[in-house]
Amino acid sequence: MLKLENISFEVENEKEILKDVNLTIEKGKFIAITGPNGGGKSTLARVISGVIKPTKGKITFNGEDITNLSITERAKRGISFGFQQPIRFKGITVHSLLNVAAGKDLSVMEASQYLSEVGLCAKDYINRELNAGLSGGEIKRIEIATIIARNTILSIFDEPEAGIDLWSFNHLIDVFKKMHSNKDVSIIIISHQERILDVADEIIAMVDGAIIKRGAKDSVLPELLHCEDPLNCLKCQDIVEA
Amino acid sequence: MNEMNDIAKQLLKEVSGLEELPKGAYNIRDNSQSVARQSSENIEIVGKKDKSGIDIIVKPNTKSESVYIPALVSCSGVHDLVYNDFYIGENADVTIIAGCGVSTGNSCDGSEHNGIHRFFLGKNSRVLYVEKHIGVGTGTGKRVIDPVTEVEQEEGSYMEMETSQIKGVDSTKRFTKAKLKANATLVIKEKLMTHGDQFAESSFEVDMDGEDSSVNLISRSVARDHSKQTFISKINGNTRCMGHSECDAIIMDHGVVKAIPEITANSLDAMLIHEAAIGKIAGDQMIKLMTLGLTESEAEAKIIDGFLN
Repeated sequence: MLKLENISFEVENEKEILKDVNLTIEKGKFIAITGPNGGGKSTLARVISGVIKPTKGKITFNGEDITNLSITERAKRGISFGFQQPIRFKGITVHSLLNVAAGKDLSVMEASQYLSEVGLCAKDYINRELNAGLSGGEIKRIEIATIIARNTILSIFDEPEAGIDLWSFNHLIDVFKKMHSNKDVSIIIISHQERILDVADEIIAMVDGAIIKRGAKDSVLPELLHCEDPLNCLKCQDIVEA
Repeated sequence: MNEMNDIAKQLLKEVSGLEELPKGAYNIRDNSQSVARQSSENIEIVGKKDKSGIDIIVKPNTKSESVYIPALVSCSGVHDLVYNDFYIGENADVTIIAGCGVSTGNSCDGSEHNGIHRFFLGKNSRVLYVEKHIGVGTGTGKRVIDPVTEVEQEEGSYMEMETSQIKGVDSTKRFTKAKLKANATLVIKEKLMTHGDQFAESSFEVDMDGEDSSVNLISRSVARDHSKQTFISKINGNTRCMGHSECDAIIMDHGVVKAIPEITANSLDAMLIHEAAIGKIAGDQMIKLMTLGLTESEAEAKIIDGFLN
């Protein structure tokens, strides 16, 4: 479904942020990308969604070369991107943003359903403005609701757990499991949370702009953490949960 | 209504939402003349004898009634000046739908409407005042609206003014002045969009004279093309009171917005805040909406619509 070939991204006079990344993601797969901060994970997500253009390489989506397509064109072809830090809008309501995401005017009932899925009491939020009055956790859950409302064949989430409390986080895992039950859609989640890594089909470890390992969690984490038994190592646990 | 021309009917619908005469009290002014007027049991509308305009007298304890007072300039070359005085009785609760539409038709003569509104709010009365300004017509003459509003609020009264002027008016200078007694509250929500070479100035001067009075001025505006806007808010806290003004503006193309706050605390117990934020549309906002499938121009329109909503 998604193929990245020799993708590089470099900023003039700075280090190369992505180095010759090759990656194929099949239909129906749930992939988690993990690794240390500054490893290029978010940049990779932004390259796929079209927010930034790679300096080298080719991106193919559903058999079409999308390397030079705009953000809008990629969105229309079925790529969704949940921001790590959701954007706030003065005057735009939650309902109105969900309408944009769904591409149609949703009834109150339909819009409420999306909010309920991310654990928000719809009547308290549906007419709220997406302004500074919403907490980080609230706006993050609304961001995830917009991705659910888009219902596209590829959804990318950049650290969906950031800013979400533990209770909501458990709920969030169920959201991803439910999305994954549809075998026509692929999911890419950038995360450090072990529980997200647990539910993914495969883990990709990125370090210094390159993919160093891809596979099951048990094979990837030791490589990433240079530790033979990271899941039972207290030091590694702290890193994974950070 | 029958004697109104099509331009006047269109303007009337745009400024007040009226397609036919409303129930209750109203006064419709077209080209400096009152063309339809009706009083209700609790709201009396009488013409002024010494000058052009009306007195609107709301009886004490009137509850949940509305009064419509749209003013239209549907012929080009008309320079209208009107004085309207509102006397709101104690404990009354009313909604006033005002609004002004000016048209130059297809002529090169300018059209102008200057309304001077004075409000006298009795003790514990409540007023919601909704005013929309529009300008239409393909004529090259200038469409000008210069409104002056003076508000005097007795103890415990509440006034909320919602004003909007979206495109169409070439030049506007709005001046709003208010004096508040104890426990009186004034809320002003202003929305403005200018384009072309338009100019808009909105100036407020509020004196909080009574203890625990409060004022909240919220202005949201968009300046496009080569248009210019000035927002001046003078708030004087003369006793224990709360004052807040907020000017939020989006600039586009070569638009210019100037915000001039002047908050004066004449009492140790006055709490006054002014906030102003002027800038172009944030790039992240555009990107977010584009990832949801909107084109660049659709994203821009969505942001502006929401901002001025």
